[in-house]
Amino acid sequence: MTVPVDGTIRALALGAALLAAASFWLPDWVIFLATLIIAKALVVLGLLILWRAGLMSFGQALFYGVGAYAVGLAQLAFGLRDAFLLVLIGIVLAAAVAFVLGFLLARYRDIFFAMLSLAFSMILYGTLVKSATLGSTDGFAILQPRFLGLAPAGPAAKHDLFLLTLCLAAASAYLTHRYLGSPLGALTTAIRDNEIRVEYLGYSVERAIHVSYVIAAALAGAGGALVALAVGHIDPDATYWTSSGEFVFVTILSGAGSVLAPFIGSALFELLRAYAADYAPYSWQMILGFCLLLLILFLPQGVWSLVARLAPHRSRRTAAP
Amino acid sequence: MLTALTILVDGLVYSSWLFIVAVGLTLIFGVMKVLNVAHGGFYSIGAYTAAWSIGLYFEAGWAPLGSFALLILSAVVAGVVLGLALERGLLRFVYGRDEILVVLVTYAVFLILENLVLQIWGIDAYLAYQPNTLLGTTRLGGLAFSNYELMLIPLAGVVGFGLWWGLNRTRTGKILRAVIHDREMSLGMGVNVARLFTATFVIGAVLGALGGAVTAPMISVTPGIGVEVIVLAFAVVVISGLGSVPGTIIGALIVGLSRAAAVHLWPEIELFVIYAVMSAVLIMRPQGLFGRPHLRRI
Amino acid sequence: MTALLEVISLNKAFGSVVAANDVTVTVADGERIGIIGANGAGKTSFVNMVTGYLKPSSGTIAFLGRDITKLPPRAVIAAGISRSFQVPQIFTSVTVADNLLIALGVAEGGAFPLWRKLRRPARLAAVAALLERFGIGAYRDQPAGLLPQGVRKLLDIAMATVRAPRLLLLDEPTSGISAEEKFAIMDVVMGAVDGARRAVMFVEHDLDIIARYATRVLAFAEGTIIAQGAPEAVIGDAQVKRYILGESPPLSRAAAAPP
Repeated sequence: MTVPVDGTIRALALGAALLAAASFWLPDWVIFLATLIIAKALVVLGLLILWRAGLMSFGQALFYGVGAYAVGLAQLAFGLRDAFLLVLIGIVLAAAVAFVLGFLLARYRDIFFAMLSLAFSMILYGTLVKSATLGSTDGFAILQPRFLGLAPAGPAAKHDLFLLTLCLAAASAYLTHRYLGSPLGALTTAIRDNEIRVEYLGYSVERAIHVSYVIAAALAGAGGALVALAVGHIDPDATYWTSSGEFVFVTILSGAGSVLAPFIGSALFELLRAYAADYAPYSWQMILGFCLLLLILFLPQGVWSLVARLAPHRSRRTAAP
Repeated sequence: MLTALTILVDGLVYSSWLFIVAVGLTLIFGVMKVLNVAHGGFYSIGAYTAAWSIGLYFEAGWAPLGSFALLILSAVVAGVVLGLALERGLLRFVYGRDEILVVLVTYAVFLILENLVLQIWGIDAYLAYQPNTLLGTTRLGGLAFSNYELMLIPLAGVVGFGLWWGLNRTRTGKILRAVIHDREMSLGMGVNVARLFTATFVIGAVLGALGGAVTAPMISVTPGIGVEVIVLAFAVVVISGLGSVPGTIIGALIVGLSRAAAVHLWPEIELFVIYAVMSAVLIMRPQGLFGRPHLRRI
Repeated sequence: MTALLEVISLNKAFGSVVAANDVTVTVADGERIGIIGANGAGKTSFVNMVTGYLKPSSGTIAFLGRDITKLPPRAVIAAGISRSFQVPQIFTSVTVADNLLIALGVAEGGAFPLWRKLRRPARLAAVAALLERFGIGAYRDQPAGLLPQGVRKLLDIAMATVRAPRLLLLDEPTSGISAEEKFAIMDVVMGAVDGARRAVMFVEHDLDIIARYATRVLAFAEGTIIAQGAPEAVIGDAQVKRYILGESPPLSRAAAAPP
């Protein structure tokens, strides 16, 4: 079976390789920011999958938080320090929660899906805030991870984490791209158009949504775990509804046209946030708000639709929602 | 026994507060099918307007009792200005788009309003405790309850009655109920839906601002109060049934009493309880306790 | 002849509206059954019940000897029944080719493994064959949402045939199609589903189509089958004339003159 190498995959490989190479010369703060951008883009990648099916989760912060707290707890309770293991635990735990919740959530659509996902994330928030053992609103610290037995110091550890994040992101984007180009992926997108027809072709809509939800949760869990390791701290704010809101914002900003879109959108968002926090701390939310409005009114397919216009041969493929 | 009384009174007070805060959101959703995240902004701007004007009022040394009228006035002014500006200036251009996109538009507005508060009033806390302390306290069963808080109960009653009367006894109200029931049919009957939407949105905004104004004397008004309230209001509205005003009373009671019970008996689950109830209702009756099931036609 | 489909005493009411009243039908291989009836007579409800979209309040539906009464549509489809819709149910935001690709993708043993591409050469060839058979090749790359009604219908029916169903139910396959095109489309459809071990049931209002393509006709009125049999017999049946077709008024002498 030949490995299909289409334009997206080539761009992905190239981008990842360039970033990896550049990372050896970039300053530490850029590495840190890049780690956050890419990790958060993973969450958005998950939202992209759901949005293609016509669903918007207002509660991805649940899985983002599960991933992060799983890392912290694994360190606290079991003394685990290896980055690979910790992130894996975050992913598995998030996916497990989504597997259970998915039985319920897959029956809902539109506003109800959004509200129920929000409710679940707020349940976690409420539990965390009142939990003294988990540090309540202060949260707790995450220790520097080790990498396959090696314990690099400060900046080297950050660099290693960046490379881990980059690899994980590239792999996730690749797999997601394959998924979206597979029969199940196309079917999931078809759900948005016509659920009845999907059922009458012989596939269970609920199951397709359940699968998408678990994948999105795994991605969010990975993102949360990576950010926790990068920042070195976790607190319940990560699970608050405003955290979910940010991810939704970036999803709209990015557009659902390609697995590359979330990375571009996430970068734009973090850069915007960094500059706005410095120069206009009392207005950055307003700036975000106006940007979101302008996006919805004039560029509902997100920033990626601009990119797609520059490469018209790509639009021959299945149209994005 | 004492605890039961405390829970009951606390619960009723909190339920009344929740009702006042959430009923505007219900109305807007029922009529316009818009889940208005900016409602949190109405609340916080209502609170700030009230707190700021109360501050000036008492500095000017006017009759203390007049401050209550000022609270109402602040809410009305804030609500009308915001409601009109938003509905006429923005919202009417996005009706008919994907439900989720409309919610995101209101979310964007909320973000803007949150910053607007910072721009106008800065980051310092505003205190407007005068109306609160003015009324003193009542001793019930050996415990002291703030009379201001107790007053929320009849206030909620008045708001509820006012809405009931407006929706059931006036012509406009009946038309509103028709639109809630079936918008297309109403349009077909010649209802001026556009004007109705504006009116509804403004009323909803005023009610949201009223929630904030009325709360101002009980708290320290700081940036970010809208953020917490909006998700509480969502919970109440979802539980009661998106769009059912009588349902909001029951929804508010359920959430209020559950929370009061949690606070006094098992404080760790206070926040958990509200969202757990919301989830449970959504699971068992997705349309809410009083909503109508969403039919899918093939 | 083995019974393909056995419907026994199907009952269904929506409040006071009776959609099915003791409906009993047997369908055998190779039959082409036309279903006629006024609007609201229960024809679409019948199709909905046989395909599992609607649950009857009582009665059984057996397919190839297996009870399928309580199965959901996707299980009924997997068993070998398929249907097309009065309002074509297609994926409007993707191309005609993609619609068929998705249908084929699902038909070919579910949706795992995930890595297999949707657009594999074998599948693309199958799509080309389908497009050719149904005569809609010209619309291959058009977004399905922009198709004219006739092409939508054909796409809908094409998607229904992808799993080579033993029993195909067509709900008003030519409604919304202009009179000149009706026969052409039915020819294409019937030609595409030709096969000894297949049966087709189609709901139709156009009697010419019934007369031309049906081997047997079922007449529904208020949820009841009021007549069953050869087309001429059913069309000429007194009850059918009364409840469905209407008696033709006496012609005036001028109108009776040849054109």
